[in-house]
Amino acid sequence: MGNALRFRDDTAHEEPAVTLDAFLGQTNATAVRLESDEDARKLIPQLGQLALIEVAFPKFRDGRGYSAARILREAGYTGELRAAGDVLVDQIPYMRRCGFDSFAPEADIDTDALERALSRYEHVYQKAADGRSPVWALRHG
Amino acid sequence: MYKYDEFDQSIVDTRVAEFRDQVARRLAGEISEDQFKPLRLMNGLYLQLHAYMLRVAVPYGTLSSRQMRMLAHIARKYDRDYGHFTTRQNIQYNWIKLEDAPDILADLASVEMHAIQTSGNCIRNTTSDQFAGAAADEVTDPRPWAELLRQWSTFHPEFSYLPRKFKIAIVAAEEDRAAIKLHDIGLQLYNNDAGELGFRVFVGGGMGRTPMVAPVIREFLPTGDFLSYLEACLRVYNRYGRRDNIYKARIKILVHELGAAEYARQVEEEWAHVKTLGLDPPPGEFERIAAQFALPAFETGIADTVDRSDPDFAVWLDQNVKAHKQPGYAIVNISLKPVGGIPGDASSAQIDLMADLAETYSFDELRVTHAQNIVLPHVKKADLYTIWQKLVAADLASANLDLISDIIACPGLDYCSLANARSIPVAQKIAKRFEGLDRQRDLGELKLKISGCINACGHHHAGHIGILGVDRKGTENYQLLLGGSGAEDASLGRITGPGFDEDGVVDAIERAIEKYRTLRTDGERFLDTYRRVGMDPFKEAIYG
Ligand code: SF4
Repeated sequence: MGNALRFRDDTAHEEPAVTLDAFLGQTNATAVRLESDEDARKLIPQLGQLALIEVAFPKFRDGRGYSAARILREAGYTGELRAAGDVLVDQIPYMRRCGFDSFAPEADIDTDALERALSRYEHVYQKAADGRSPVWALRHG
Repeated sequence: MYKYDEFDQSIVDTRVAEFRDQVARRLAGEISEDQFKPLRLMNGLYLQLHAYMLRVAVPYGTLSSRQMRMLAHIARKYDRDYGHFTTRQNIQYNWIKLEDAPDILADLASVEMHAIQTSGNCIRNTTSDQFAGAAADEVTDPRPWAELLRQWSTFHPEFSYLPRKFKIAIVAAEEDRAAIKLHDIGLQLYNNDAGELGFRVFVGGGMGRTPMVAPVIREFLPTGDFLSYLEACLRVYNRYGRRDNIYKARIKILVHELGAAEYARQVEEEWAHVKTLGLDPPPGEFERIAAQFALPAFETGIADTVDRSDPDFAVWLDQNVKAHKQPGYAIVNISLKPVGGIPGDASSAQIDLMADLAETYSFDELRVTHAQNIVLPHVKKADLYTIWQKLVAADLASANLDLISDIIACPGLDYCSLANARSIPVAQKIAKRFEGLDRQRDLGELKLKISGCINACGHHHAGHIGILGVDRKGTENYQLLLGGSGAEDASLGRITGPGFDEDGVVDAIERAIEKYRTLRTDGERFLDTYRRVGMDPFKEAIYG
């Protein structure tokens, strides 16, 4: 495992994440892990009880987790949303935009390179899950 | 033309800095080639057979003279003094050094250009009608919509690791000059019966190993829902497109496996949700962009006739010059297909000359076409003869637009690491065989397209005559296809039968064409005759 990164002020959630099937079968878990081929929308009826959702990235090229994250944030989820697996420096800014606020990378992340990557772009073209105003909104006040 | 504001410039400049950082980390060994690959690919940098290839985006094929000159400068300074215009209206440089790439991007950024998302499994450069803004038959200029798409798709956080690359094309006329039905998404702007402007949305076309003509997914999409609807189309694909097999990962397979109706239903359902997120920019943003595509200040009351007394000029005029919507003006097509040349290649000097012509005679504007030619969109008829003379002097006056020697060919085995066979020498042999312009003109419109492997970058499925290079027991072999079209009557070519060697395929084409000459009725193109009589007579002529 690489260095875990967290962009939240609350304390880290300790309860281990259960699988989606296990979560849907029992009602009291507060942490769940979503594999990349699982439907994030299945969690929507019970979002309120969740404090941690971990989304798997088996390969960095598998981009399904980006949609999963946005769907969860668009549904109002405010708990910890963690990207886990093949998570690399240059993908994290995109993940942040899609609503991820915690990362469990397989390999160590160069934190200096990450800091540069995260602060690099002053402007973005599209609205996403991170609340940044797209340039069209800035242009038209 | 669209002009960057401070926001656009800041994003493109930042991209240069970011890539400089990524290249430095790669050169220092801090990231592996495997980790670097998707980063350089997202920036159009491929590792080819002999060197790095850099693909530069020409958004919707539109360039200013200043930008065109920069393309010549890059060819001169960092490459071997030429560039290659591609079927996606971009330009590629074949001999690039990795350490130069950040400087090239900085040069490009200085003229509001970039190489963002010209490769990788993301939304690629949007292509459009090369006659946009000038064509007599368009309902509106499609390019402001294409620019909206460019901005929306640039560094889209959700859609940068799609199952596969994603190509969008947009037109605003009945005549489809951008092959929209052979794209992942094809958009046709039109006015509905109520007189409102909207899009007909085609999803799931494509070439490659499994070619498909895209079905209509939405008959009429109001312009105000443009981006949110595309967001829904892409989200369904990102979630459910296949990732288990690279050859089945394009959206055409998803649409085909689900069925167009079911895919459309899922998109509508997703869109009902996405629409509530406020992703569509306000109308003022479209108006801001559209104002920059306002028509140039055309002169009125000028001569609408041309002196045809020079016969060579008259041939070029009839073949390469098209009708403009403004009286007294015309659209000039500059063919990059001289006999013996490499389709789509232009030297730095030629690129500079075309830039000069655009500056002096075409309101500072040029276009790259998906047939790998260049267009001067707004030329006064009175200037045509002077322009032609300058093109002749630069070896740019081939009068072969849409004729058999106006061949689309991919780079093939001469450059491409995926190729099975060479494309360029075959194109050269065909052009040589049919060299006489009278013979070519007698054959009329004939779109010949060549790909060096099944990936179909040379669009062989969409050629009236298509050639596909395959590897047959270690030797180069060419399959012949007939009957394809990338236009509004889109269709996919069919294989004639067993393949040929390089000279054999040229002979086979000649036999098919002679057959067409005996079968055609008045005004019938090769494609029309083929559609009327079917494959059999041609097969007999080729193999008989
Ligand atoms: S069709 Fe094949 S050979 Fe030709 S450029 Fe594409 S990948 Fe390379």
